[in-house]
Amino acid sequence: MALAKRIIPCLDVENGRVVKGVQFVDIRDAGDPVEVAKRYDEQGADEITFLDITATHEGRDTMVHTVERMASQVFIPLTVGGGIRTVDDIRTMLNAGADKVSINSAAVFNPDFVREAAEKFGSQCIVVAIDAKKVSQPGEADRWEIFTHGGRKPTGIDAVEWAKKMVKLGAGEILLTSMDQDGVKNGYDLGVTRAISEAVNVPVIASGGVGNLDHLVAGCIEGKADAVLAASIFHFNEYSIPEAKQYMKEHGIEVRL
Amino acid sequence: MSSVAVIDYGMGNLHSVAKALEHVMPGVEVMVTADPEKVRSADRVLLPGVGAIRDCMAEIRRLGVDKEVAEAIASGKPFLGICVGYQALMQRSEENGGVDCLGHFEGTVRFFGDDLKERDGERLKVPHMGWNEVHQNFDHPLWHGIDDGSRFYFVHSYYVDAVEKQRVAGNCHYGVDFDVAIARDNVFATQFHPEKSHTVGLQLLKNFLNWDGKP
Repeated sequence: MALAKRIIPCLDVENGRVVKGVQFVDIRDAGDPVEVAKRYDEQGADEITFLDITATHEGRDTMVHTVERMASQVFIPLTVGGGIRTVDDIRTMLNAGADKVSINSAAVFNPDFVREAAEKFGSQCIVVAIDAKKVSQPGEADRWEIFTHGGRKPTGIDAVEWAKKMVKLGAGEILLTSMDQDGVKNGYDLGVTRAISEAVNVPVIASGGVGNLDHLVAGCIEGKADAVLAASIFHFNEYSIPEAKQYMKEHGIEVRL
Repeated sequence: MSSVAVIDYGMGNLHSVAKALEHVMPGVEVMVTADPEKVRSADRVLLPGVGAIRDCMAEIRRLGVDKEVAEAIASGKPFLGICVGYQALMQRSEENGGVDCLGHFEGTVRFFGDDLKERDGERLKVPHMGWNEVHQNFDHPLWHGIDDGSRFYFVHSYYVDAVEKQRVAGNCHYGVDFDVAIARDNVFATQFHPEKSHTVGLQLLKNFLNWDGKP
């Protein structure tokens, strides 16, 4: 038997509430993050990811308290991302009870931050989040670029090369979100997921675009992802975590039941 | 009411393990500390740890945690090592170019390698991160209530290869078979993180808090 593929429900948290947008707009309220996390924990989620999409200082403080509350009630790994820019931000989240932090834009503006973070806290708790979008034209070889600011700003950086560089600097895991797909429920971008998963030697989490359970299966098998992340299919009770795991198992994927 | 000293040598997130102990036994006194007096006064001692072994060992020696650990183990009180706190009990680690550890068990901590493969040729990522099956080699109070083959949460790039296989309480397979739990008298140590392993992990911590330190 082998290591299980992980299912990771993702909670976008804004000012202490779970929200979920479609392509980063059109927010719907999905509840108290700790209550939602507890429900996923009871259902057998393998990890939980909180993405703090709050822009304000007050919202950040709320997030720290949310992480503290979560950490005293939920005993599976917790990753916190969104607005992690300094070593102090990382320390604050780890001290509040996070097991890993996810660094996104700050890595693009200052790649050395990833190295500093990994040296200080260990690669095992440094996740680098990559937002990728396909930029090749039909008929050209596939090519993806990384985008920042919730998918609005192109950087001109090749996504596969970027992932390799991040791992070299000390990233222990890659959280890969395909921006074309996010929230539109057509499935992960399997091309970029597989390209990055094969290019790096650390686990890759596929994210962005899950609309049904076949998408989770495809992410693991065709996308070669080590973990699959999803939000809205779980938040709005379209599927439960046990249903998702059972379905993956029926398709030959090793899961923790 | 019993007390546990979680030895704090500045490496990693001790909040999780402290919260998990309080969760499984409300009212238990959890002291996150490096103070030798407090460690000596505790009924049980837990040595956690994450990160690079060189940094961990440097802090363990600088703060005198090596002596606290030796004393706790000799005292006969229940002692639990987790992750790097398990690796640190071995003689030596290959990490960071080779680091001498505490030597409470004969064995070496080895690297999974950059080219780890499953028997069928499938490439395996390193670190070994996620939920894997733990096979229990013998009955032990800390395994009580936990099914053989239960999945625990791991995150590590180095693994323990113990010399005295008869002391290896649990095994796991990830490209290689490796030793994920060791037991001798009042000492038990695990590579996986019970504090992050949901129901089975909490059961192990509960077992530790109820353990009298006898095998």
